[in-house]
Amino acid sequence: MTDYNFAYLDEQTKRMIRRAILKGLAIPGYQVPFASREMPMPYGWGTGGVQVSAAVLTPEDRFKVIDQGADDTTNAVSIRTFFERTAGVKTTTKTTDASVIQTRHRIPEEPLTEGQILVYQVPIPEPLRFLEPRESETRKMHSLEEYGLMHVKLYEDISRHGHIATSYAYPVKVEGHYVMDPSPIPKFDNPKLGDMAAIQLFGAGREQRIYALPPYTEVVSLDFDDHPFEASKADHPCGLCGAEDSYLDEVIVDDAGGRMFVCSDTDYCEARQAAGHRGKDAA
Amino acid sequence: MTPLLSVQGITKRYGAHIGCADVSFDLYPGEVMGIVGESGSGKSTLLNCMAGHLTPDAGEVVFDTRAEGPRDTVRMSEPERRMLSRTDWAFVHQHARDGLRMGVSAGGNVGERLMAVGARRYGDIRDKASDWLERVEIDAARIDDRPTTFSGGMQQRLQIARNLVTGPRLVFMDEPTGGLDVSVQARLLDLLRGLVRDMGLSAIIVTHDLAVVRLLADRLMVMKSGHVVEAGLTDQVLDDPQHAYSQLLVSSVLQV
Repeated sequence: MTDYNFAYLDEQTKRMIRRAILKGLAIPGYQVPFASREMPMPYGWGTGGVQVSAAVLTPEDRFKVIDQGADDTTNAVSIRTFFERTAGVKTTTKTTDASVIQTRHRIPEEPLTEGQILVYQVPIPEPLRFLEPRESETRKMHSLEEYGLMHVKLYEDISRHGHIATSYAYPVKVEGHYVMDPSPIPKFDNPKLGDMAAIQLFGAGREQRIYALPPYTEVVSLDFDDHPFEASKADHPCGLCGAEDSYLDEVIVDDAGGRMFVCSDTDYCEARQAAGHRGKDAA
Repeated sequence: MTPLLSVQGITKRYGAHIGCADVSFDLYPGEVMGIVGESGSGKSTLLNCMAGHLTPDAGEVVFDTRAEGPRDTVRMSEPERRMLSRTDWAFVHQHARDGLRMGVSAGGNVGERLMAVGARRYGDIRDKASDWLERVEIDAARIDDRPTTFSGGMQQRLQIARNLVTGPRLVFMDEPTGGLDVSVQARLLDLLRGLVRDMGLSAIIVTHDLAVVRLLADRLMVMKSGHVVEAGLTDQVLDDPQHAYSQLLVSSVLQV
């Protein structure tokens, strides 16, 4: 533990990141630029989320990391180990026990409570990026609330597929002003963004942006009047715990077309199995 | 009658070089003004100053807004000016690629301005887009094709549809027929003339092609080295040019 400063970053850097977080919380949905640091992992592995977590962690915190809902994949395991070694904080896989949760591409099924912080890893923070490549122009569009272009993307979806086919990173409008990219969470999770009791922080390391949603913020998914937003999921129960209301991963189990659907949130699934729930594929 | 657009003493300098100097004129509703001159004479600079793409060093551009009457658009706040350029103004670029989103289908291109001013019913947007494609003589069956698959003339017509869909009152055109072959030019001019008449549009057309202004413009300004050297009714200026440069310009047109 003496080898590193608490939570890896030096205090000046944490101060800089905390200032960006506070500004982000003060202006929900606004992308605050910050001086992203080189981290001991490649871009795309969650350098933004790690920096935000490092800035908010205290020695008393209990830390949880999920990757696509799972606690036991490479990304989750390595980031959890990173903070065990550099911050010495206690870690957990239980959503209810954690005070800080770093996540990649999911919101836990278990509703979060006041006092918890959810930190998202964000690859591309700018929702307008693929529609308008000029950063100078997108900033102007954000400040003047010119978001017609965002609907052009949804229009293109409907004209090509007959429905809004965007299924992840679905754009949302925050408190009637900023349009925000919620990071690549499935649109199934979009309704949980709004009115959440926990603090939500978004960190994009390569793009050097931090944005935030304070508790109980109004978040609306964009849509058309005649093609309303729909939070979709695979139409199956979980094969292991039988849950009907959780987001599912499709797992190929053999080379003869066999497949099963399981909860992407492993903690939720395990808790249900421990409580005696069984799905049809449970061993 | 209040002029729709009143330009007073517009001056734009690029360092010591003059872009355009002390240009003034009034444009009345339903009127089409042509601006001609050789390359580098300042006509595009003038157009961009009026359309808010460039900030002039001096002068004012007073537009008769629907809500508040005559307003100086140079000193108006940026959100207001951008709102104007999405609703009451239209800008047709010389190259269709500058005015279109090449990665978005034809329908999306036409619908963008509608969505920008708050249209949120997909069905309505689509109906309006296909209606406008028909009006500019593009087959409505191509509504989901990207502009990259369109010919140059079709791209230009698509750009016009995209601009006119919100029913603007003033259209700025920068060499709308440049780079098109003559038969396509003729068809485009015919279409433009019809639209201008039907919708009662006012337009400012910058071009170096005298045939274009002869067909479309009611009045004409001739520019040289940033200054307006002659102005008047189109037929009057073209048939009886007074200034030496206008005479040169008229006599330079190739006769077939």
